[in-house]
Amino acid sequence: MEQSDATAVAQVRAGNPDAYRVLVERHSHSVFRLAFRMTGNEQDAEDLVQETFLRAYRQIGKFDGRASFSTWLYRIAANCSLDLIRARKRRQEHQTPVNEDGEEVGAALPAADPTPDRLAFSGELKQLLAPALQGLSPMERTAFVLRHYEGMCIEEIGRALGVNAGAAKHSVFRAVQKLRRTLEPALSSARS
Amino acid sequence: MKHLNEDELVLHYYGERQDPEVERHLAACEDCRAHLKSLTRVLDAMSALEAPEPHETYGSRVWHHIAPQLTQSPARWWTGWFAPRRLVAAAAMAALLVAAFLAGRVSQRRQIAGLSAPVRERILLVAVGDHLERSQMILAELVNNESKGPVDISDEQQRAEDLVGENRLYRQAALKSGDRAVSSVLDELERVLLEIAHSPSKLNSAEFDEIRRRIESEGILFKIRVVSTNLRGREMPAGSGKAGRTL
Repeated sequence: MEQSDATAVAQVRAGNPDAYRVLVERHSHSVFRLAFRMTGNEQDAEDLVQETFLRAYRQIGKFDGRASFSTWLYRIAANCSLDLIRARKRRQEHQTPVNEDGEEVGAALPAADPTPDRLAFSGELKQLLAPALQGLSPMERTAFVLRHYEGMCIEEIGRALGVNAGAAKHSVFRAVQKLRRTLEPALSSARS
Repeated sequence: MKHLNEDELVLHYYGERQDPEVERHLAACEDCRAHLKSLTRVLDAMSALEAPEPHETYGSRVWHHIAPQLTQSPARWWTGWFAPRRLVAAAAMAALLVAAFLAGRVSQRRQIAGLSAPVRERILLVAVGDHLERSQMILAELVNNESKGPVDISDEQQRAEDLVGENRLYRQAALKSGDRAVSSVLDELERVLLEIAHSPSKLNSAEFDEIRRRIESEGILFKIRVVSTNLRGREMPAGSGKAGRTL
């Protein structure tokens, strides 16, 4: 019979590190997907998965069981991702102009002006999506990824990010607003 | 009812606002339907952004990678590295590992095309030795920095970031050759390097103290020194000149 997350957590907390294997094997794929969408890079995502599970193991005594283990894990993964993204931003700041949100000016824009010809191919269109996502501020990106790809509700996103629901909602709204600004012209061109 | 704003439409798209009033308005208002359609097109397009699906054994791979670091109970993760028994055990293990790894692996100098597996392994060890020395320098610089005010570690960060990629390759090579203990030391080093690379560039004294504490409490400098010393001692095979070093 499959062991529940709660049972595995209890065993780990009781001093059995091998019980952690169930949790790692069960949640690695979803944490990887989250990390990949946050970083846009497979190698960084793999590093973040490992860092997430190591941090979670060290902090498992703080897991109070009010949220599900996966929500709690996502919170750690999101924070690891935010740390990585912010550290990168800090290093880039002296080279790249940034706006008041800490995002690169123009980062949300596609690499080349999309034209109807280029966008006639769905593959070309797909190429605009990753830069659009990477152009969001770290908080907006995290909130959007959790909402859009992981299907978490606003309340859960707030818990995962350690902010109130209003702030989480605002981050999702701003993310959508920016994505629309970036992608809508290209999508309109593709349709015409 | 007045027109729906974008935020309301976003909540509607994600099913977070199931309001009959909104549904009725959308049914009656062409402008809001067009607005929702445009929003839906963008968000649906974002769904096409796929993440690569890791191999089905990925979870198991992650487990094997982190399991050696989970030997302590979670609550005592950062403590205990300075326990003399543990340090002696770590030193003994590292020494045994390096000795076993190098023993009998010395061969005569050959042309690059004809390198045997033992020679390739030896060259790898030389490279690992260099890598450990450079890593050690960064960690030592941080630990020995006695600044009292804010500290700029951007230089160390850049170097740490450069070393992370190399470290990953050496760790994988050590794992492939079955040297789990060396790969474990490299594993620990990688986490420390990542932590340095991901920290803020300018640290206040408390943040900087925390970084130093983490380096010291992991005992990683000690482990690196043990491994490096052993590598240097065996770098020059008896009677074979500078074999390996010249490649």
